[in-house]
This record gives sequence, structure tokens and C-alpha cells, in this order.
Amino acid sequence: MTTLAELNSTPGKKAAWWVADIAVVIYALIPVIWTISLSLKTPGNINDGKYLPTGGMSFESYQAIFKDTVFTRALINSIGICLISTAIALLLGVFAAYAIARLDFPGKKLMIMMSLLVAMFPQIALITPLFKIETAIGIFDTWPGLIIPYVTFALPLAIYTLSAFFREIPWELEKAAKMDGATPFQAFKDVIAPLALPGVFTTAILVFISCWNDFLYALSLTSTSAARTVPAAMSYFTGATTYEVPVGPITAAAVVITIPVLVLVLLFQRRIVAGLTNGAVKG
Amino acid sequence: MSHPATTVDPSGPGPGREAGTGVGPHDEAEGIAIARKRASDGKKAERRLGWMLCAPAVIVMAAVAGYPLVYAIWMSLNRADLRLPDDNQFIGFSNYVTILSSPIWWHAVWITLLITVVSVFFELVFGMLLALVMHRALVGRGLVRTVALIPYAIVTVVAAFSWRYAFEQGTGWLAGDSAPLTSQGSSLAIIILAEVWKTIPFMALLLMAGLALVPEDLLKAAAMDGASPWQRFWTITLPMLKPALLVALLFRTLDAFRIFDNIFVLTAGNNDTSSVSMITYNNLIGGLNLGIGSAMSVLIFVMVAIIAFLFIKLFGAAAPGSDSGGRK
Repeated sequence: MTTLAELNSTPGKKAAWWVADIAVVIYALIPVIWTISLSLKTPGNINDGKYLPTGGMSFESYQAIFKDTVFTRALINSIGICLISTAIALLLGVFAAYAIARLDFPGKKLMIMMSLLVAMFPQIALITPLFKIETAIGIFDTWPGLIIPYVTFALPLAIYTLSAFFREIPWELEKAAKMDGATPFQAFKDVIAPLALPGVFTTAILVFISCWNDFLYALSLTSTSAARTVPAAMSYFTGATTYEVPVGPITAAAVVITIPVLVLVLLFQRRIVAGLTNGAVKG
Repeated sequence: MSHPATTVDPSGPGPGREAGTGVGPHDEAEGIAIARKRASDGKKAERRLGWMLCAPAVIVMAAVAGYPLVYAIWMSLNRADLRLPDDNQFIGFSNYVTILSSPIWWHAVWITLLITVVSVFFELVFGMLLALVMHRALVGRGLVRTVALIPYAIVTVVAAFSWRYAFEQGTGWLAGDSAPLTSQGSSLAIIILAEVWKTIPFMALLLMAGLALVPEDLLKAAAMDGASPWQRFWTITLPMLKPALLVALLFRTLDAFRIFDNIFVLTAGNNDTSSVSMITYNNLIGGLNLGIGSAMSVLIFVMVAIIAFLFIKLFGAAAPGSDSGGRK
């Protein structure tokens, strides 16, 4: 009698798994390598239609975008806005998630339903009212004007992921702390918070990626480069010249904003997988 | 990967627990009374702390999502065209009548539904395959799990530009002599391709979490009884995967229905490829017609609510976060 693992471990099966692995790698990397390739092509051969920059490489496109304040400003906006949004969403999310995971109080179900509702919210539905409200109070086209919707739409993700992590922390420790005379808040601060840090960190990555990805708000709630983030700024690279599309600069900008998330993914693969699966399936 | 409820005492500190046992009949009543009071004081404090901790998040979500939604509903009942600022007035459901009798709107609705159904179908098939590879691969499992996260992490707009240039005549390695982004059918196919490429990993991760809950012993027993891998998948894995599958489908369906970024970059809605979000955006930002745009927003909100309702009520998808969530 053989076990399932043994059934699967013949050399043929192993080879089959390698084929599957390679298929996944090709699937994931094809558009990425293509974008890098375009960004490195020289202006002369950018339209040669070849997958790889075999006709010669240069960093001209990169030099061009970093010389241009439109891009550098957008990059600063992206980094600043996403970091601040992540920090605020985490702070609020940690409070709410702790309450949901650990405390028993009326209205908890309502709280969960509300986050779910916000998670399912069609963002486009908020463009007009937010535009009107933000122009009225003078935060249209500013950092806070983007941070506020980013925090809101990151909150459900933060709350779900964090509460899933918090539920795995052993109750007994908190009880012990309370028996030693700690208040519920002290138990939270001194006992749970340190245990929860890995989960908080993972959630931070997920929230950051979701803010980094936003396009709709960046496009609709900005009008100048004062707060426009890179994804929105990139689409204006194209708008500038209708017939001659600046492929090089756009792809170079694309590569630049892809690097931070790629680094996060490569470094924290395990955590990201755990965070995504915990939050959604265990909730 | 077990459900928290199986490892953690879900009831927490309840009043019944604190009532002393093994105490004499005289002290017992008194003891219970004291314990009850203490428990109810504790309950009160717990309740207060719970509300306090949730309040900031609730306030933000209510202020930034709830209030503007109400505002959008109000605006949708008004003629609010920024090009005619003096002509603002309450016009009841006229905007809705205009939209619902417009073939452009219905075309966008069908396009959105088509994109949603087709892309979620492919995401499900490929997501399942990827989940199985990530879960079962005997070799290179870490590599596969890392690489598969790349499409998830890449900004949608970045990936969309990559696909756009790949299919652009002259520039693109996939275009050849044709210009696929200039006709409706091939444009839609590319939009779906971009959408599917980007979201397979998300689907796969949710399904993989479900796969981890399928008991290995059961699969082993079935294998020993001579069940083929295909039979094991259909009769054991898939039924046990149902809750995770429904959650993944719900999330992805709602997400696909709101599709905007890919269409904006790939076709900007040309060649009849506008989704409902796309034409709403065009009415708001391009047309500056806030009344019509708001009414469209409200209609999208209603459609999203209907989809969620169908999933949760009809198919029994457990809303994530609900304590009774179908997974034990």
C-alpha cells in the first residue's frame, strides 16, 4: 500500500510538477518582463515589436522620467499618501479588530456588516459626492483628499485581516494579565499588542498594496500634480501626446512603482499568503 | 488553518462560569448574586470598551462612505449639471428615467455583465489550478507561491499598460499586423485577459486556504480505495471547498462588476467597451453632469447589493466575519 505522497513522488510526477511550476512562472512574469523590456528599449527600436530589447538597451526613459518633476512629484505623492493612509487605517483597524476578536458587545454584528458593506461598495458611487464635499471644504487635490477615501476603503481589509490574526492569540495570557490586576486596556497594550505585531505588520503590507493600486480616486480627486499619484500621473503621460504615445517613460514609471511591491512580496511571501487567506476565509 | 472556534473557547467569560460551585447552600445564593454583579460590571466595561474601540472606524466609514452615499442619492434626484449651474432643481426620478431608457446605459450593463461572468469563470478555473499547484506541488512550492503573488501585487494600471502595448500595432509583440484594440470583440477579450491575469492569484489564495481544510486522511483513504485523482477532486475536495469557493466568487464577482482601471487604460471605453463604472465616470468627469452621474452611481450600488444578496441568500455564501460562517 502506498500513501498519497508516495503515489505522487515518482520521477514522472516530479517532472510534471516542474512543468506546472514553470507554467506558473511564465504566466506571472510575461507582462512584467515585457514592461521592463519596453522601458529599456532605445527610442529607435521601441516600435520594433520584439519581446526582448535585442535591438539595444538604454536607460534613457528612466533618465527622462526622473528629470521630470511631474513623475518625481507623483512618486513622492504615492509614497507619502500610501504610507500615511496605511498608518491611519492600521491604527483604527487595530482598535476595531481587537474589539471584534476579543470582546463581546452588542452591535458587533452590525460593525462586521458595516465593514462588509464598505468592502463591497462601488467606489465610483462616491466620486461625485466626495468631489463636491472636498471642493466645499477645500481639500480637493490635496493629500488629505486622497488619504481620507484610502483609509475608509482600507478599513474593512484591515479589520478582517487583523481580527483573524487576533483570534489566534491565546486568550489565557490576557486573562492572566487581568488576574494580575491589569485593566482591559493594559491587557491590550502590554500583552496582546506585542503578540499581535506580526499580524499587524502583514496587514500593513496588504493595506499598502491596496492603496498603492488605487487609480479611480487618484484620477478623480486630483487636478494638478499636487496630489496626483503615479498610476494617475502615468495616464496623463499618454494624454499629453495623442498620436505619439510616450511608451518609454510610461513603462519606466511602471517599472519604478512595481519595484517596492515586488520587494515586499519577495521578502514577505509567507506573511502575505497567510494574511490574505486568514482574513478572507476565517474572517 | 483550523477555524478559530475549534481552538479557542468562543463563549469567553460568561456569567454562568463565575458562579461558584461546591459552596454551601447558604452562601450559594449570595455568592451567585455577587458573581452576577461582578460579571455584569465586567460586561458593562467590556461593552463600553468594545464601543469605544470600534467608534473611530465606524465614524470614518459612516462619514466617508455613508454620508456621501446619501448625498449621491439626493443629487440623483436633482438636475445638477456643472455646465448649467443656475439650472439646479429637484426633478424627482427624471434622471433615472433618462438613464433607464438609454440604450447606452443598457449596453454598458450588458458589457459589464459579460466581462464579469466570463472573467470570473476563467479566474475560477485557472485559480483552482493555481491553488492546486500551490497547495500540492512536490517541487518548488515556495517558488510558485512567491511568483504567483506578483500579479496580485502589481498595480492594475501598470499591468493594463503592459497589455495595451503588447497588443498595439507596431509596438506590441502580440499584435503582429493587426490592431486588436480597435475592434469590440478583440478589445473585450483583451480586457478580460488583463482582468483574469491580475486576479487569478487572489482567487487561488482563497481557494488554497479552503484546500488546507480538506483532511488529508480522507483523500488518502479514497486513494487507497482506488478513487482516481479526478474522482477525489469532485467527490471530496470540491464539496469541502464550497464555503471558500463561494466567498472567493462573491468577492471576485463584485470586484469584476466594478471594473474600471483596465478599461480606462486599454480602450478608454472606445469600440463599445464601456462598463457601467466607465460611463458613470465619463458622465461625471467628462460630462460634468452630476445628476445623471449620481443616479448611475446609485444604480451601480443597487446592482452590487443585488449580486451580494443573491450570493449570500441563494447560494448560502457565508459573509466573511459572520460567526456562524458555515465553516466548522
